[in-house]
Amino acid sequence: MPEMLSPVPRTLFDKIWESHVVERLPDGTCLLYIDRHLVHEVTSPQAFEGLTLAGRPVRRPDATIAVADHNIPTSDRRNGIAEAESRLQVETLEKNVVAFGVPYIPVLDDRQGIVHIIGPELGISLPGTTIVCGDSHTSTHGAVGALAFGIGTSEVEHVLATQTLLQRPAANMRIEVNGRLPPGCTAKDIILAIIGRIGTAGGTGHVIEYAGDTIRGLDMAGRMTVCNMSIEAGARAGLIAPDETTFAYVAGRPYAPKGEALDRAIAYWQTLPSDPGATFERTVTIDAGQLAPMVSWGTNPEAVVPVTGVVPDPSAEADPARRATFRRMLEYMDLKPGTKITDIPVDVVFIGSCTNSRIEDLREAARITRGRKVAAGVRALVVPGSGLIKKQAEAEGLDRVFKDAGFEWREAGCSMCLGMNPDKVPPGKRSASTSNRNFEGRQGPGARTHLLSPAMAAAAAIAGHFTDVREFS
Amino acid sequence: MEKFTRLTAIAAALPIANVDTDKIIPSRFLKTIKRTGLGVHLFDPLRYRADGTENPDFVLNREPWRQAGILVADDNFGCGSSREHAPWSLMDFGIRCVIAPSFGDIFYNNSLKNGLLPIRLPRAMCERLMADAAMGGNAKFTVDLERQVIVRPNGEEIRFEFDPFRKRLLLEGLDDIGQTMAFSPAIDRFEERRRREWSWLPATTVA
Ligand code: SF4
Repeated sequence: MPEMLSPVPRTLFDKIWESHVVERLPDGTCLLYIDRHLVHEVTSPQAFEGLTLAGRPVRRPDATIAVADHNIPTSDRRNGIAEAESRLQVETLEKNVVAFGVPYIPVLDDRQGIVHIIGPELGISLPGTTIVCGDSHTSTHGAVGALAFGIGTSEVEHVLATQTLLQRPAANMRIEVNGRLPPGCTAKDIILAIIGRIGTAGGTGHVIEYAGDTIRGLDMAGRMTVCNMSIEAGARAGLIAPDETTFAYVAGRPYAPKGEALDRAIAYWQTLPSDPGATFERTVTIDAGQLAPMVSWGTNPEAVVPVTGVVPDPSAEADPARRATFRRMLEYMDLKPGTKITDIPVDVVFIGSCTNSRIEDLREAARITRGRKVAAGVRALVVPGSGLIKKQAEAEGLDRVFKDAGFEWREAGCSMCLGMNPDKVPPGKRSASTSNRNFEGRQGPGARTHLLSPAMAAAAAIAGHFTDVREFS
Repeated sequence: MEKFTRLTAIAAALPIANVDTDKIIPSRFLKTIKRTGLGVHLFDPLRYRADGTENPDFVLNREPWRQAGILVADDNFGCGSSREHAPWSLMDFGIRCVIAPSFGDIFYNNSLKNGLLPIRLPRAMCERLMADAAMGGNAKFTVDLERQVIVRPNGEEIRFEFDPFRKRLLLEGLDDIGQTMAFSPAIDRFEERRRREWSWLPATTVA
């Protein structure tokens, strides 16, 4: 029977949003219910302190899970954390999870890892749910078809106390990527190209739904890489409609529904994709066939060029503000306009972070590395995103491939993605990094970061300078 | 949360686009378990030289802007991470209001929760305010949230848009959690319904 009233077509975002509205305030602000709250050591101490001061409990410990990732060293951790402030932050988390009864994955547990890696990996992040974490890269979880976004510490406290957030709905944006991805190009190159196109503020106020046959064709790891960097385009969140790839990924994960519950869940998840004719405030179309492996040259993630390109010339910029920004970026990066990207030498290579530290990323990097050696004078690290990924990689012999080539093989954590733990890029040194931010000082004071894919990073480690991965394979 | 009603202060201009949260407060200063004491690290990469001494060219290291209570910034101020340490460090330094053409979303939200007033104004207007700010000590601004106006040093009033709900919370210094607690019965009902309709969703305590 056809429906009597044809409902207004809705986007994936609209559907998840509407199913979580507890209360709509007169001015349009919504009290939004949160299904999953991921907690880590850096942005939670002041939130738990707030609860303690107000004598409030955690409303739903059974919808919350905590892990330490940002601060912890990636060397052997059996003897604890040497650095006093980092240790205090992790110990504070460990005290808080006990005091408030929050489930916690201990540092020495195999399941420990970067919060945005382990959420999907353990099946905690599920389609159709709302997921928050005191970390901007919570957008990663949008790859499973969840509405997932980063929040500040006051909001962490708000969710701990009430399991809700006060939010205004975002605008809908759709980025459609179609066509066959050329050899040597990966999900990382797609998202770097997107940010290069729309800019670091291109998604501000929007939730981006990634669609099109190229996105559909990505595995879950690739989809997570794309959604991870939505925040780098200024968006609140990134989303990909759940499909068979998603369901196959979720099924069997320890925290995911099982058996008959899973069947019911999938039946519901199948209703989530955006309806035909749903309105998006903004649509951007990308031809995947035109992409090339990308490398960033500046200090924000929109400053990217294909590896075959050159460092751009600021004087070619018409807008004086942009020209000034470009000059400042080149000065910080110590680069001259017109330099071929492949002529830029690297000192440090970092393969890791919540953008690119999944087993699929490590396999890609290992494929390039196998039988080759890291160039003299280059420090190269591989940091798996979780203890489980590390084990899997070791079972596949990837650790040997990396170690034989001269890479360091480390314990799971955020590592060199940000300068909070002992893994840092020294001042003035140039790094090829699979992470998501190339801001000034991000990898350590004075560090010069270039963003690229895992395969491109491995190729740079071996060549000692940026190089076109297509010439390696 | 600290109230925000009316502020008369010196303004400092920061004419740099895309000032990200790593520039406002680098990650190595996030290891604190407190909200206070971060003011000395505010804008560390811009404010200090490699040897730790002050960079004399940076606006907040110069008189009278050491006393600035207002910052006039450029596009996409506060983009990047979710660290609430960014508004905490601004507040701890003494800045209670940031005016810019646009802000990073999370930074904007975080500011509201801490009594730091973020005001969006068109770029051309921000440029005029930056010129005012350059006049220094004799050029105080008044920001009046109740009337939603900025009074320029020459007495001209600039109107700004502001969310009415957020305005009330800021004016009264109300914290969100207290507000939301009033909705507890609605949250209870919502959870009950979800437990029935979403019974497939496991607890995080299952594994
Ligand atoms: S890996 Fe980097 S971006 Fe991801 S959560 Fe850790 S610090 Fe943040």
